[in-house]
Amino acid sequence: MSMSALDITSWALIGSGAIFCLIGAFGLVRLPDLFSRMHAGSIIETLGILLLFSGLAIQAFELLPSTKAALLVCGKLLLIALFLFITNPTTTHALAQAALWGGINPKTGRRKKRGGSS
Amino acid sequence: MFEFAAALTLVSMALVLFRAVKGPTVYDRILAVNTFGTFSVILIALFGFLDGRPEFLDIAMVYALINFVATIAVTKFIKFARLGRTSNVEEVDDI
Repeated sequence: MSMSALDITSWALIGSGAIFCLIGAFGLVRLPDLFSRMHAGSIIETLGILLLFSGLAIQAFELLPSTKAALLVCGKLLLIALFLFITNPTTTHALAQAALWGGINPKTGRRKKRGGSS
Repeated sequence: MFEFAAALTLVSMALVLFRAVKGPTVYDRILAVNTFGTFSVILIALFGFLDGRPEFLDIAMVYALINFVATIAVTKFIKFARLGRTSNVEEVDDI
């Protein structure tokens, strides 16, 4: 099986997308604060999904017999990526506003005032 | 290559699930469950390609839609303690 340039490109895209997903999940576990965790989680749905799905779209042309079916799969992949691209900021915004409303303050680098109850 | 990506996705799902179980506040849990849903979308899409049947993308699309609606609904429920009107809350604002 010879590796075409298209194959190499799509595999690089899929691999880097999966690695970005792993980085996002790792940040979700390791970061100290809710707001920074949101920040890490948005890597998954922007870089990760976009790279992974563009690699899958290239692979669809390799795997499927007809161009028409591959184009249909490409359209579906694009639709999912676009939807997640729009809804992730919406969800993050709603969640951050609800968390602020619920009394969770972001962790800053400043030292706490003495006697302050924040 | 699909196997590699699926394995990394499964590891990521385990990490996110750890945050969902441990998370100190309810907002951490909501964030983790939302991310878990995104990972399940990725996993379904990858599984469709792995199996040679990319029609699985329809299911992935439905998962993405339901994931968004569920996250917004749970966030609204946590904020207003109800899903309907917000009449007894002072500020009537979108969440």
